[in-house]
Amino acid sequence: MKDMNQRISGAEALVRSLLEEHADTVFGYPGGAILPVYDKLYDFTDRLRHILVRHEQGAVHAAQGYARVSGRTGVVIVTSGPGAANVITGLSDAMADSTPLVVVTGQVGRQYLGSDAFQETDVVGITQPITKWAHQVRRAEDIPAAVARAFYIASTGRPGPVVLDIAKDAQIGMLDWHYEPVNFIRSYNPRPNIDREALRRAAEMINKAERPLLLAGQGITISDAGESLGRLVEKAMIPVGCTLLGLSSLPSSHPMLKGMLGMHGNLGLNINTNRADVIIAVGMRFDDRVTGNTATYAPNAKIIHIDIDPSEFDKTVRSTIAINADAREALDELLPMIEKADRAAWAESFDRHNAVERDVVFTNELKRPKGSKLTMGEVISRVSEATGHRAVAVTDVGQNQMMSARYFRFTDPRSFITSGGLGTMGFGLPASIGAKIAAPERTVCLFCGDGGFQMTIQELGTIMEYGVGVKMVILNNNFLGNVRQWQNLFFNRRFSQTPMLNPDFIKIASAYGIDGEDVVNREDLAGAIDRMLADDRPYLLNVQIDETDMVFPMTPAGQPVDHVLLSPDNYYTPDNY
Amino acid sequence: MTHPERQLFTVTVYSENCVGLLNQVSVIFTRRCLNIEDVSASASSIPDIHKLTLTTWADRPTMEKVVRQIEKRVDVIKAFLFTDEDIVYQEVALYKVPTARLLESGSVEDIVRHHGARILEMTPEYTVIEKSGHPWETEALLNRLRSLDIRQFVRSGRVAVTKSPVEYVDMYLEEQRLRLQKLQEK
Ligand SMILES: Cc1ncc(C[n+]2csc(CCOP(=O)(O)OP(=O)(O)O)c2C)c(N)n1
Repeated sequence: MKDMNQRISGAEALVRSLLEEHADTVFGYPGGAILPVYDKLYDFTDRLRHILVRHEQGAVHAAQGYARVSGRTGVVIVTSGPGAANVITGLSDAMADSTPLVVVTGQVGRQYLGSDAFQETDVVGITQPITKWAHQVRRAEDIPAAVARAFYIASTGRPGPVVLDIAKDAQIGMLDWHYEPVNFIRSYNPRPNIDREALRRAAEMINKAERPLLLAGQGITISDAGESLGRLVEKAMIPVGCTLLGLSSLPSSHPMLKGMLGMHGNLGLNINTNRADVIIAVGMRFDDRVTGNTATYAPNAKIIHIDIDPSEFDKTVRSTIAINADAREALDELLPMIEKADRAAWAESFDRHNAVERDVVFTNELKRPKGSKLTMGEVISRVSEATGHRAVAVTDVGQNQMMSARYFRFTDPRSFITSGGLGTMGFGLPASIGAKIAAPERTVCLFCGDGGFQMTIQELGTIMEYGVGVKMVILNNNFLGNVRQWQNLFFNRRFSQTPMLNPDFIKIASAYGIDGEDVVNREDLAGAIDRMLADDRPYLLNVQIDETDMVFPMTPAGQPVDHVLLSPDNYYTPDNY
Repeated sequence: MTHPERQLFTVTVYSENCVGLLNQVSVIFTRRCLNIEDVSASASSIPDIHKLTLTTWADRPTMEKVVRQIEKRVDVIKAFLFTDEDIVYQEVALYKVPTARLLESGSVEDIVRHHGARILEMTPEYTVIEKSGHPWETEALLNRLRSLDIRQFVRSGRVAVTKSPVEYVDMYLEEQRLRLQKLQEK
């Protein structure tokens, strides 16, 4: 579409620019200040699919699900004022979880800016601190360049959300159509030159290490480095732990993968973190949910930190060597310098701790007596199995999320979509919609609490309207389960405001024309899962879960990472096992 | 854990000339509950590139993180962290005193000579005195003028240039120019 000198409106330029950036789907909601754009979208429905969500928060989470499954930039269009205010949670979430988004907000006309006009809100001022870039466009002729810049910024370097706030007269004004993609911004270098000398020192450090441990974050997924990672850790026999967002970057069955890090991570990793002599952290940021108390974290380890975002270096944990690089590029360059090694004894020491976890925690979660209530772990592992461990698991936040991270198994990359950094309840349902739209050929399973489901429950309307075949599983404990767990462990079992009277979810789904069923008894679970997965239509399982069920192991917040509870008052001491 | 020592830091930020830059930078201080002591914004020696100079009391590890977070902003070209030894810095102070009191006191000569100040404007009602210097110098003159019933006093933010022989911003821009050249060749 390079034909020059066509006079078109700013609104049309926006739509054409999105097409130039290969957008095929936008998630949005119309309103006064964005009407010219919606009018144009009407002419482009054959090329640009618009998904009308039921709340703007849902639009952003759906775009996040879309982006995380596909690696492409998610696009959102909303109106000014209240529409823009409703995208704040999603922007903040996408910023924390490095998700590429371009969010277009309508804005009042130029002459009204700053005057408290109807539905005016200071979008750029509000969103600057929680976006990678926020920019206001006031003239029609600036739209194509602003869109090009927005996509470039959102998708390169450490990805993130970008806001384009477009004044109404810029949408209406006319311009000569011309589009030039951006691949350079003077003040921004998303692909730093790798420091080869630092890399060489890192390789030397790794080669000398007796007990190296590699921590894999979402940077592995973003830079498509799963295979590079696999090659490196196989060659040098380096055990790997994934962060919550790093899950599915390696298949769950990979022999060097020892599980998940952090508060509800696997025992071997959390114990051995403090025994490792070299830690290689790739595309991760030492979040406090991963490190526990940083003062006692990894006392014996030299730390090699590889990340595309240099502001992560020494932010919470000091590194010995920091390498500012794309994860895949760094791993590929390291590979030839890393010596083949046999560290089988070290690798097996993880399995020994994990075996205790299996005996104590898994057994308790997965092997309950006949007639007892179902647990989250049972449901999740059953669904995982029934999909051949090939599905995309989308979660909400809370116990359902941690249990999914622990009990779902992954075969393919980009198979775990969850709100990590912000921990946004209500993320799951809309994110699963976006994920399914981005990957219609994949099975997309949502695991959600009864609380979180009701935070964005209106998106059932979106599922109905577009027939989005999401497989929804409510892990229903009639409690805000995760908060209940903390009250149980740390607040004397005073369950303040966590029991919840719930509606009949199946009736609600049925009002939206969505099939589903309640599952109460263990005997009915397998059949219900089979019915859910039988075809490609949306389906809701409302599974009654034992409300006393808790997520273990658990490193309580602020404690040393290897102080791990296996059950309410049972701290793991390796010597006792 | 021992707390690292607090000291006065000067942060300079080179950026594109865009709306809302100061906001982007200042919220990074706000998040960490750091008071900005003073701030000045101006053109730099490089066309189209703006320079912010901010000072704040903090410890070094915190400030190193702050500077990296500032530099992470897309519109920011480079940000630097300095202590007073690294830079040559000054600020400008203006003092407004009643002319009658000033003349009565017979101290004009002392103010101009001893404090190195100058008279900017003198009317029958008031006199405006200007002095540039380090904070303790402008402070000393302030104390001297208090007895003259001083009416207004204002100090500009700090302006600073580095002592380093290396111009890091120029180096960065040169690297970026080469990167652009490579991109265009492709
Ligand atoms: C928007 C939002 N509000 C509050 C919280 C705090 N919070 C974290 S987990 C949780 C309970 C979630 O309960 P539910 O959705 O039923 O899931 P469960 O933990 O039972 O699986 C709450 C309230 C949050 N993470 N997000």
